[in-house]
Amino acid sequence: MTSATPSVELAIETRGLTKRFGHQTAVDGIDLSVPRGAVFGFLGPNGSGKTTSIRMLLGLAAATNGDIAVLGQEMPGRLRDVLPRVGALVEGPAFYPFLSGAANLRRLDTADPGASSATRSARVHRALERVGLTHAAGKKVRAYSLGMKQRLGIANALLVPRELLVLDEPTNGLDPQGTREVRSLVRSLAAEGTTVFVSSHLLAEVEQMCTHAAVMSAGSLVAQGTLDELRRVGEAHLRVRTPDVADARRVLAGFGIAAGDPVTDDLLSAPLPEGAAAPETIVAALVAAGVRVRGFAVVGASLEERFVALTGEGFDVVQ
Amino acid sequence: MVSELTVLFRRRRTWAMLLALAAVPVLIAVAVRLASSPVAPGRGPPFLDRVTQNGLFVAITAMVVCIPLFLPLTIGVVAGDTIAGEAGLGTLRYLLVAPAGRVRLLIVKYAGAAVFCLAATLTVAVSGAAIGAALFPIGPVTLLSGDMIGVGESVLRSLLIAGYVTISMLGLSAIGLFISTLTEVPVGAMAATIVVSVVAQVLDALPQLDWLHPWLFSHYWLDFADLLRQPLEWTSFGNNALLQGGYLLVFGALAYGRFVTKDILS
Repeated sequence: MTSATPSVELAIETRGLTKRFGHQTAVDGIDLSVPRGAVFGFLGPNGSGKTTSIRMLLGLAAATNGDIAVLGQEMPGRLRDVLPRVGALVEGPAFYPFLSGAANLRRLDTADPGASSATRSARVHRALERVGLTHAAGKKVRAYSLGMKQRLGIANALLVPRELLVLDEPTNGLDPQGTREVRSLVRSLAAEGTTVFVSSHLLAEVEQMCTHAAVMSAGSLVAQGTLDELRRVGEAHLRVRTPDVADARRVLAGFGIAAGDPVTDDLLSAPLPEGAAAPETIVAALVAAGVRVRGFAVVGASLEERFVALTGEGFDVVQ
Repeated sequence: MVSELTVLFRRRRTWAMLLALAAVPVLIAVAVRLASSPVAPGRGPPFLDRVTQNGLFVAITAMVVCIPLFLPLTIGVVAGDTIAGEAGLGTLRYLLVAPAGRVRLLIVKYAGAAVFCLAATLTVAVSGAAIGAALFPIGPVTLLSGDMIGVGESVLRSLLIAGYVTISMLGLSAIGLFISTLTEVPVGAMAATIVVSVVAQVLDALPQLDWLHPWLFSHYWLDFADLLRQPLEWTSFGNNALLQGGYLLVFGALAYGRFVTKDILS
């Protein structure tokens, strides 16, 4: 490796990562930077290229263009050195239905030539314990529920201590209880120093457990940074609760704030432009104009607004 | 490798196929035993007429019956399932992320299929010998060359034939492995492998194509009769091994070329 030595401070780094299937560009030149120790949310609507990117990170699919470094080493060139240090859950769990949960884990552990066979049973047991599947260890996976399979998939990623965990939609199919367990599991892993890369289309999930996030839309990376950085980019909103809507709008217009139609009979909402007057000044002006102010708030942009702004609304998702 | 065999032999499907193979000699033996008139020489599958005189021939007759279709069928299922089956289940991506290594996975998968070939032929041989011993007299065997050999020696010859048939199936297994790397639908790979084996035998039966015959992987399948002569005639054994080795090399290389660069999207 010459001048383009991948940074050791980054767990995942891609430059211009591109994947084309025929004429369709699934991933279009993305530059990911996942710092070590972060819980990194990889957000995007279904079909935005998240899983394809993950497949390339793990050496399952070849990139059409671009460079990838995982844990400071070039991929897929150093795949044999890198992958044993990476635990992964890719596009849902997959197991042999005719084997028990424990037998499935043993099988996948055997596939890793670096995994010691002497400690195998103990490690399988511990991984099952960690995801709360000890009671179902001997049961055939055919009889598992979707949530149990999901947990078994996470157990597989935890068979040996990992430096990086790549979890693709880890809470898919889990009930609220299971979702919370996964969140706390991710937090405890992060506390141990493991970098966790979580893909999801669920914002709330990312907001609750991640320190960093990146947003994909139609194959491109449209935003990346810490959660605070991402929130800050969005516009703050002003909310005024008052029965005197018309007067309030007039006063706000004086400050250069364009309030649209009232949200309800007594609630006004307006974007707060940067450099606008301080909130207390606005309140004072409202009161001086005889507006009966019953509520006043400046609301920071939620990540959801930001996400929708970046990726489109509902079914209008950019293809 | 052990893990691969565990997965293979913990499947009910594998046991069902072996059981079906074991049933063939039983069927033959029972049918011959129940028939009122002795089997006329030259009627039915080769060696059938000898069964009543010596139970050891049940295994050989059953082998002849199984080789054209039944054995390739089970091997098509196992070989076609190798990579496509893992892809179909989705476990392929987890094996590769483990990381199993693509070349290592191919080798282990092929070895697993080869072990199944051996298990399948041994099943026919053992089940045939057992049912033959149960229903018919056992004694010294008259070879095709007219010489007599004892029971012990004849068991050895049976094992030699099982070895010959196992080797015969290695070429087909390699073709199955290659086809299996082309698709994510295991049933498709299985069917295609079986079709290939049938087509090869049809081509082998057309006298107009006799220039092609020595190159067909099925050409020597039934030539194990040479192992029933005294002294042992190794020519067809050697030719067969060479041919199967060639198929293994070619289709092994094709499977390698395909699989090592393949995008795993299942």
